Amino acid sequence: MDLSDNRTINANIQTVWASLLDPAILKECVPGCQEMTGTAETGFNAVVVQKVGPVKATFKGAVTLSDLNKPDSLTISGEGTGGPAGFAKGGAKVRLETQGKTTILHYEVQAKVGGKLAQLGSRIIDGFAKKMADQFFNNFQEAVGAVTPIVDTVSTEKGWLGRLIDRLLGR
Amino acid sequence: MPKDTGIGAAPKRREDVRFLTGTGQYSDDISLVNQASAVFARSNVANGVIKSIDTTAAAAMPGVLAIFTGEDFVEVGGNPAGWLINSRDGEPMKEPKRPVLAHGKVRHVGDAYAAVIAETVEQAKDAVEAIEADIEELPAVINMKDALAGSNYVHDEIETNQCFDWGWIEDNRAATDEAIKNAHHVTTLDLVNNRLVPNAMEPRCSMANYNAAMNEYTLYTTSQNPHLTRLLISAFVLGIPENKLTVIAPDVGGGFGSKIYHYGEEALVLAAAKKLKRPVKWTSDRTEAFLTDAHGRDHVTTIELAMDKEGNFLAFRTETMANVGAYLSNFSTATPTFLHGTLMAGNYTVPLVYVNVKAVFTNTAPVDAYRGAGRPEATYSIERVIDKAAREIGMDPIELRRKNFVKPDQYPFGSAAGLEYDSGNYDALMDKMEDVADLAGFDARRAASEAKGLLRGRGVNAYIEACGIAPSNLVGILGSRVGLYDASTVRVNATGNISVMVGAHSHGQGHETAFPQIVAELLGVDAASVDIVHGDTSKIPFGMGTYGSRSLAVCGSAIVRATEKIIVKAKKIAAHMLEITDSEVEFNDGVFSAVGTNKTVSFGDVALKAYIPHDFPIDAIEPGLEETAFYDPANFTYPSGAYCCEVEVDPETGKVTVERMTAVDDFGNIVNPMIVTGQVHGGLGQGIGQALLENTVYDETGQLLNASYMDYTMPRADDLPFYAVDHSQGTACTHNPLGVKGCGEAGAIGSPPTVVNAVIDALQSGGNNVTHIDMPVSPLNVWTAIQNA
Repeated sequence: MDLSDNRTINANIQTVWASLLDPAILKECVPGCQEMTGTAETGFNAVVVQKVGPVKATFKGAVTLSDLNKPDSLTISGEGTGGPAGFAKGGAKVRLETQGKTTILHYEVQAKVGGKLAQLGSRIIDGFAKKMADQFFNNFQEAVGAVTPIVDTVSTEKGWLGRLIDRLLGR
Repeated sequence: MPKDTGIGAAPKRREDVRFLTGTGQYSDDISLVNQASAVFARSNVANGVIKSIDTTAAAAMPGVLAIFTGEDFVEVGGNPAGWLINSRDGEPMKEPKRPVLAHGKVRHVGDAYAAVIAETVEQAKDAVEAIEADIEELPAVINMKDALAGSNYVHDEIETNQCFDWGWIEDNRAATDEAIKNAHHVTTLDLVNNRLVPNAMEPRCSMANYNAAMNEYTLYTTSQNPHLTRLLISAFVLGIPENKLTVIAPDVGGGFGSKIYHYGEEALVLAAAKKLKRPVKWTSDRTEAFLTDAHGRDHVTTIELAMDKEGNFLAFRTETMANVGAYLSNFSTATPTFLHGTLMAGNYTVPLVYVNVKAVFTNTAPVDAYRGAGRPEATYSIERVIDKAAREIGMDPIELRRKNFVKPDQYPFGSAAGLEYDSGNYDALMDKMEDVADLAGFDARRAASEAKGLLRGRGVNAYIEACGIAPSNLVGILGSRVGLYDASTVRVNATGNISVMVGAHSHGQGHETAFPQIVAELLGVDAASVDIVHGDTSKIPFGMGTYGSRSLAVCGSAIVRATEKIIVKAKKIAAHMLEITDSEVEFNDGVFSAVGTNKTVSFGDVALKAYIPHDFPIDAIEPGLEETAFYDPANFTYPSGAYCCEVEVDPETGKVTVERMTAVDDFGNIVNPMIVTGQVHGGLGQGIGQALLENTVYDETGQLLNASYMDYTMPRADDLPFYAVDHSQGTACTHNPLGVKGCGEAGAIGSPPTVVNAVIDALQSGGNNVTHIDMPVSPLNVWTAIQNA
């Protein structure tokens, strides 16, 4: 399945970029992540526990970052095997765009599953993949927003007109 | 006045008492003292190299007794294909080895690469999860066209994905091409015969026991043909001598073909039982059944029908790709060839037929015979293209069929596809169908549907199939590696009751009721005194089992022959008792009498005398009353039928509902009309399921996307109408002693094109220029066709 969406993150593009490469932040954001080790250069190893429909499994896998075009875009790819539960593979193409003091994170996610997970059927899997992607980027939005409290600065620096325009544009 | 006993009577099925009260005994109901459980580790990828399998951690888990991998079976044989097909160029088909457990490579999702034997099934499952298999995924071969064109091979060693390229009848190829080139009108249709999962209610189960003291094995397994399973294991796979292996198939809850074949799980439990000297049982779960039971159909076909100005058929030509999956299952090479190509003349006098079938390996589960096995594919192609042709030339589809039917005075009729039809009357079937289906009332029903905003369509179909597989000499010439006779032993016990041991195996066909009717009829005894023994190689003669609607025509004929021998012997005994010569004995209604006198002895008296032969002339008469007969048929039997379906289509949603379904079949003579009706009902359910609902979906990486009942749509009661079933127009088979044909698959053969023809008719009636929709005619497919029209 394929899905794409975007999130506005209250941090500047460098902060968002650095966070995407930070295993501690990734661990916090990947739903069900138990362990995340490694570096952006060598790739990360992750252990994720998830329940998909009736299948609960521990996925062990590798996460690699590629197409690094600092600080504008990168590709995150992951592949996890859950033993007899099957496997999941996925990737997200991430593109960052500065908008004022915030950063818009665009993502296009592709997910593929195999084995028992695939046999659950696409109604379960597609919903699950969408939920996982939403959760990850929501978590990321919160985590990165929290570590860099730029939000307050942004709003205080703007005048009333700027704030109104922001509100009208939903920023 | 219907009979109340013997042939033609309709007693209720005696086996249903135990089935309906939960007291049937299926393989999984049998448990032996000290039995262990087997669970298989199965591939999650469709194509992959097995780089390593580390079982260390798994072996240390609680309760684990043994772990097997493909390494353990390198020395034993592969599971063979039962039928050798030669390609058009004379080359024999490609037969890559099908091992007990995958070795080197896994080739479809579900391919077993290891097995754990543990004290309990839960422990075995846990240990399977602890097996660390490093399997490197490779690109999968899924689409048949790509498989034939590409250089990514399911089996590297054969360097092709084409199993064979078969032509039938090759000598007719040029003439057929010429006829099509010069024809007044040619109708062409591309179609897909959708892949189906067999979905027997009872999943497969195999349990092995090994008696070390006697060096004897017993295999309890869900089989339609225990002797064939034993033969395959003994002669090809494990090499266990046949006289040291007993195969028992107890009650079996549906097979539809999928339990004909020998599967690796059977060999595995036998090997494990020997190694551990303990009984070992494996029971498939539903997901495993989806992944590993041999699937059905999966043909992609182009068919052309050439006609002259008057609508006379001049030639049929087809090009078919038939999916055989990752390995050759036992009958997988016969199904798309001799069970399909030979039927491609249908019920018609068409002079030329040419069929080309390319069998293709893919990284999917093996595909083999499934209820109808080749004949549904043939019928679907023929009857869909005729319907399209009728529309193109503006002729009524019934009239076009009738114009080309083989007529009653033409039998025996040599079809252009090489078979000799012995009997039939297709016009009589069509007449009866028109009456039973109330064709006259269709316009009013269509108007009523239209008043509700729905489109109503009517589809018809005429089918012929070949059952009662098969004359051994013929199939031998065509490449079969087994004979296809059957066998029966009739044992009259001293107290007069009778045990009939049969090679056929009932997995839903009602043999325990129908077969005694035959014996009762011939011997003039009460059917209740006759019992059928089947499914145990230590008790029954070597028969070939149940498939291809063969049980009654082939095994039933063996029962007749054995019973006739009983009568001959019993007459000798009676003559001795009556103090006359054999030729002076008459046998009627269970009583032996001396011609021209009132001296009689009953069947029971003769039976008792046979076992208490105090005054026998022992040089003239052996004691006992037990006879065996093997019966090898002289020809296939050729059931035929005329079907009619009426559907309503909601043009807003594409939803199809089958409103009326009429099946008029010629099954020859009928032994038990109630069982025949039930068989037709079941076949119709499966055929309508294929037409409306079922489809097996692999994605491009070979993942099976609908491997559960959440996603694989089985027909349910509310998808099906009440059927009108008629079998009054039988023409007796001319070459078997009962004059019977075969009814087990007819419904599944005749119904899919009937339903699709009706859907097209409905759409056309609404002004939609739709000429074909591939099955299943789901709401989405129908709605899409309407939008694209």
